[in-house]
Amino acid sequence: MDNIKPRVKVPKSASAGDIIQIKTLINHPMESGLRKGKDGNPIPRQIINKFTCEFNGKTVFSCDLEPAISANPYLEFSAKVTEPGTFKFIWMDDDGSVYETENKIAIK
Amino acid sequence: MNLTRRQMLRASVGVAAAGVFGFALPAAATPEATAESIKKFTGGADPVSGGNLTLTAPEIAENGNTVPVEIAVDSPMTDDDYVESVVIYAEGNPNPDVVVFHFTPMSGAAVAKTRMRLAKTQNVVAVAKTSTGQVFMDKKEVKVTIGGCGG
Amino acid sequence: MKNKIIAKATAVALTVFVPGIAIAGGPVDDELIIDGDINMITRAAPPEGHPLDEVLSGWLYRTEETRMLETDTFENPGMLEVEDGAELWNTVDGSAGKSCASCHGDAEESMAGVGASFPKWDEASKRPINVELQIDKCRTEEMGAKAYKFDAPEQKALTAYVKNQSLGTPVAINLDEGDMRSWWEKGNEAYYTRTGQLNLSCASCHEQNNGNYIRADHLSQGNVNGFPTYRLKQAALVSVHNRFRGCIRDTRAEYPAAFSDVLMALEVYVTWRGTGLSVETPAVRQ
Repeated sequence: MDNIKPRVKVPKSASAGDIIQIKTLINHPMESGLRKGKDGNPIPRQIINKFTCEFNGKTVFSCDLEPAISANPYLEFSAKVTEPGTFKFIWMDDDGSVYETENKIAIK
Repeated sequence: MNLTRRQMLRASVGVAAAGVFGFALPAAATPEATAESIKKFTGGADPVSGGNLTLTAPEIAENGNTVPVEIAVDSPMTDDDYVESVVIYAEGNPNPDVVVFHFTPMSGAAVAKTRMRLAKTQNVVAVAKTSTGQVFMDKKEVKVTIGGCGG
Repeated sequence: MKNKIIAKATAVALTVFVPGIAIAGGPVDDELIIDGDINMITRAAPPEGHPLDEVLSGWLYRTEETRMLETDTFENPGMLEVEDGAELWNTVDGSAGKSCASCHGDAEESMAGVGASFPKWDEASKRPINVELQIDKCRTEEMGAKAYKFDAPEQKALTAYVKNQSLGTPVAINLDEGDMRSWWEKGNEAYYTRTGQLNLSCASCHEQNNGNYIRADHLSQGNVNGFPTYRLKQAALVSVHNRFRGCIRDTRAEYPAAFSDVLMALEVYVTWRGTGLSVETPAVRQ
């Protein structure tokens, strides 16, 4: 889909060993496939079905999303930071689109 | 007006079933379907209720389209002992699957929060699986209310 | 104006639950602080001539989970559309090659507090205009662009962006300009006029029964200080005229066109009823 903008909230820095909180939000209709359109035909399913958070190339957290996740999916989780580096966030759409964003974190 | 709160809610829900949600078409899943899915997820092991896994969801959701839900598992989250995954089911949705969270020791803590759709008042169930083979479960009933004149 | 109200407050067709068996609670005793930083006014002393003792934000009538969504600008899903509005502000559109920013510069400075004073008198058209119509005026007169279609995503996003620059500013409209008072009168009359098969006026629910339940829904005072509002039901921003039309439709009446005289008059009057409340755009409601 076009015009999808991921947003993430990650602290700019942390002490080594800190467990930080990460929040993500992405604009997406999460069309369930169970609704009817104005013409009476079902609207085809189109959702974000997978989300992954990596840190310096290793998976920290991921999840499989179903149509029961609300529009504009919000995800909050944590990560243990032991070194400076880059978080990479990846959302996968049913239509094959991949939305990505990155955030750097420093060690205090 | 002598309706009890429960009767009121039940009456509301009856109307809500024909409501505006994304889930109006197919028949709802059943607790049995959810139990079946849990068995697959745990590989047959019986989950232990209470204690290590906490599922947080509102007692009453003002709108079934956006219901906050949170899970937290008490775990050391070390390489030897961590929570691998937590699955959330909504027993009364057309498809009970909501989300599966996958954790790693790098997660630091087995906590996650999202927002889900609930087609009607129902039980929400979370099941957690640890790297040591432990299985935990927690369950909350969420009452889904419907709007004013327009629903 | 209260003498216009018919004492039989509750239409037979409605079930209005008594507060004693409240299931969502409220109006609650809670403070709305956004990002731990902006203290919002959710209870205000009414302006002179107001029928209620205290002006209350709809935020106070929502459940804790819904209230929480508005306390964090990151978690507030309405902010996604506000960000779209920020992009539109800086995007050139129309034959004059201008964007909003070409004339108004940085919205954080030029639009601060502006949204709290709309609707305001427009001398050229001899009627009150709201933020949506002011944007259209800029587009057609200055930018050489077309007016937005009612409730176009761009209209909602840009309106919300402009109003969001007044987040926290108390609502204060100027009734001394032009003919604003007669529009206030018209709006006042519309507010107390029963319509539809259910024979309900705005006042039936939002004045006489705020705090009570209509089915399972907790009625607020119907203030509009948070519009465009993110509604969980639509999972999108909802404009104030869309909401007016929705309410009127729900009385099973035919509803007037957006920005029509009667709805503009109603917006003037209802905005005045919320005088003193902080602009909450984008508020989060059920």
